[in-house]
Amino acid sequence: MTENIRVNVHHVTRVEGHGNIVVDVRDGTIEKCELQIVETPRFFEAMLRGRPYNQASHITSRICGICAIGHATASLRATETALGVELSEQTRLLRKLAFHGEMLDSHILHTYMLVAPDFLNVGSVLPLAVSHPEVVQRALRMKKFSGDLCQVIVGRHTHPIAMTVGGFTHFPSRQELESLREQAEALLADVDATVELFGTLPWPTFERETEFVALVQDDEYGFIDGVIGSTDGPRVPISDYRTVTNERLSAHSTAKHAAFNRDSYMVGALARFNLKHEHLHPRAAAAADHFGLEPVCHKPYMNSAAQVVEIVHCVDDVIMLIDTLLERGVEPEAPAPVTLKPGARGVGSCDVPRGILFHEYQIDENGLIEEANCIIPTGQNLGNVDLDLRALVPTLLTETEDQITLKLEMLVRAYDPCISCSTHFLNVEFVGK
Amino acid sequence: MPAKPKVAFFDFTSCEGCQLTIVDLLQTHLGLVNLVEIVQFREAMTEKGEDYAIAFIEGSCTRKSDEDRLRKIREQAAVVVALGACAHLGGVNAMKNRWAIENVQTYVYGEDGKAMYESYEARPISAVIQVDAAIPGCPIDRFEFLHLVQKMLQGRAPKLPDYPLCVECKLKENACLNKLGKPCLGPITRAGCNAICPTYGDGCEGCRGWIPEANFDEMREILRGHGLSDADIDARFTMFNHYQMQHMGDDAPVTTTVSPVKDEPLPTSTFAAPQEEPVR
Ligand code: SF4
Ligand code: SF4
Ligand code: SF4
Repeated sequence: MTENIRVNVHHVTRVEGHGNIVVDVRDGTIEKCELQIVETPRFFEAMLRGRPYNQASHITSRICGICAIGHATASLRATETALGVELSEQTRLLRKLAFHGEMLDSHILHTYMLVAPDFLNVGSVLPLAVSHPEVVQRALRMKKFSGDLCQVIVGRHTHPIAMTVGGFTHFPSRQELESLREQAEALLADVDATVELFGTLPWPTFERETEFVALVQDDEYGFIDGVIGSTDGPRVPISDYRTVTNERLSAHSTAKHAAFNRDSYMVGALARFNLKHEHLHPRAAAAADHFGLEPVCHKPYMNSAAQVVEIVHCVDDVIMLIDTLLERGVEPEAPAPVTLKPGARGVGSCDVPRGILFHEYQIDENGLIEEANCIIPTGQNLGNVDLDLRALVPTLLTETEDQITLKLEMLVRAYDPCISCSTHFLNVEFVGK
Repeated sequence: MPAKPKVAFFDFTSCEGCQLTIVDLLQTHLGLVNLVEIVQFREAMTEKGEDYAIAFIEGSCTRKSDEDRLRKIREQAAVVVALGACAHLGGVNAMKNRWAIENVQTYVYGEDGKAMYESYEARPISAVIQVDAAIPGCPIDRFEFLHLVQKMLQGRAPKLPDYPLCVECKLKENACLNKLGKPCLGPITRAGCNAICPTYGDGCEGCRGWIPEANFDEMREILRGHGLSDADIDARFTMFNHYQMQHMGDDAPVTTTVSPVKDEPLPTSTFAAPQEEPVR
């Protein structure tokens, strides 16, 4: 039995951004147990002040290279809400398609390149390419598809070009959509193989009851717009997001905490699965069954399994969206008009790969941004990660420090933290504070 | 066979989009990993080697304490390459240089939190260490990266185009956006991205930096012709190039003076103001 352990994982690798895990157990008592953020702050909210509204989505996509389309979408929805913009059906369909491209890209990157190497006992994706070349080649094929999808709709994944306030500046041709559809059909075998691979992995069974928060829609497993849902019951309009994220100063530290109905909550694929599994397409629902995922699932390691379920769902949804677009035909259309007025405020939200994201702007009568706020998923998850670490560490004390370190790193990786988006962080414990 | 050059990737203040673009390149060019030996690439691997000859650096330097890390990399590497606009120009990070640092710290983290995050004027890495080559763009163009690596493996120095984007754009036979009444910075921006933004219907924002002798006055006149306000035009000139403008002195086509701190009350966001007690 290990009485004293000190784990200090400096720069958890294979996550987007920089984080340290610090665990300090003395005489069997946890002295310290936390995920520390060491990323430099970037001050995006301050930078947006005084900039024209139509620059905002191009600036904020640079918050994160992997959630670029997600930030751009939330940013556009905030601007459009503030400026009373009504979107066309075609714009909504094309935005969903681009969003799926990013969701697939991010989930494939995370599950295959960041999570799978842990389970297959290799250090990273580079040795994985030697030991399991077919796995890596499949991942690259699937990633290429998601990149191609983004390219056709918005020019590139990082950073999207053709998305603009009120619509698009470029439209895919019928041939491009048909070819994407063919590629998506051809990908289904890879999707099945993905479910099979991840079905064989020994998912850790660690469980801790918590609250899950995601955007919910009436009739679909959607990612853009809707209302804020919680597994503890309440439904909250997006405009009231601050009653959910509840940033507050706590007495014992100067850091901000996020808490809704409990001490912390979790966002991301598992939260979405828990809140709207009934809207999954049949193949995705079958994948969830195959992984033994049952709502409400409180096992944080299963977030990566829920990501695989979303891969399955999104590929099917891409095919359906393309069919709809082909049926109605894609026509070039000018972006919907904006109405400028003094002090226009709006909140935009979407559920990006790592969870629910909010942007809020205030725009003046000349179209210049006066105020901005962005709340990112990883910031909301940090409190929950800390509480998981605290619950997990006591169950691991009989294991070697190497094993403990790996399990803690795997837990942090399961949350898929995207720390580079440190626009502004919640619940960060500071050493020496 | 000569030993493969050892390569390492580092990131400073960035969105990691340039590194991810390289990961994307591997989708079609996996063979690249056989030409070099990657000893450090946090985006994709846990292993970490300190013996490298070529260092690719992504991100701007935005705090004093990063300078040492940059100097260490410079000492070790024979060749240092700035990867993307953040490292090459300062990029989007330098937009905050418009204000004194206390101003932006207070705006985002409030009176109580402002001191918790170290930060200073964002700058390109060339402001701290000597840089041997740059791959421009936000993000980088993956094929330009590939091309540069191939050139370097042959022991040749890559050269960036110093003609304007319009040259590439016309070769692609795009309809000119400025003629259609949409603002585009192509006339003053360095080519090399194959005019990707105009090709997708959106004006160039200058992420690759300016051409030598860029005519800002003429550019401003064109943009005014589209009905843009000077505030809007200044915002376009400084989206990726704020640091350059700042250091052009009297020749700068925009005002980049830092807003004074002493005379102005520090702003706190009316949005992000933390509450003492949770609203439940
Ligand atoms: S240059 Fe652009 S894409 Fe590259 S790291 Fe900086 S913000 Fe991201
Ligand atoms: S669209 Fe822009 S880059 Fe292309 S020719 Fe016109 S000004 Fe030049
Ligand atoms: S067109 Fe302009 S903004 Fe777009 S990638 Fe090229 S240089 Fe950058």
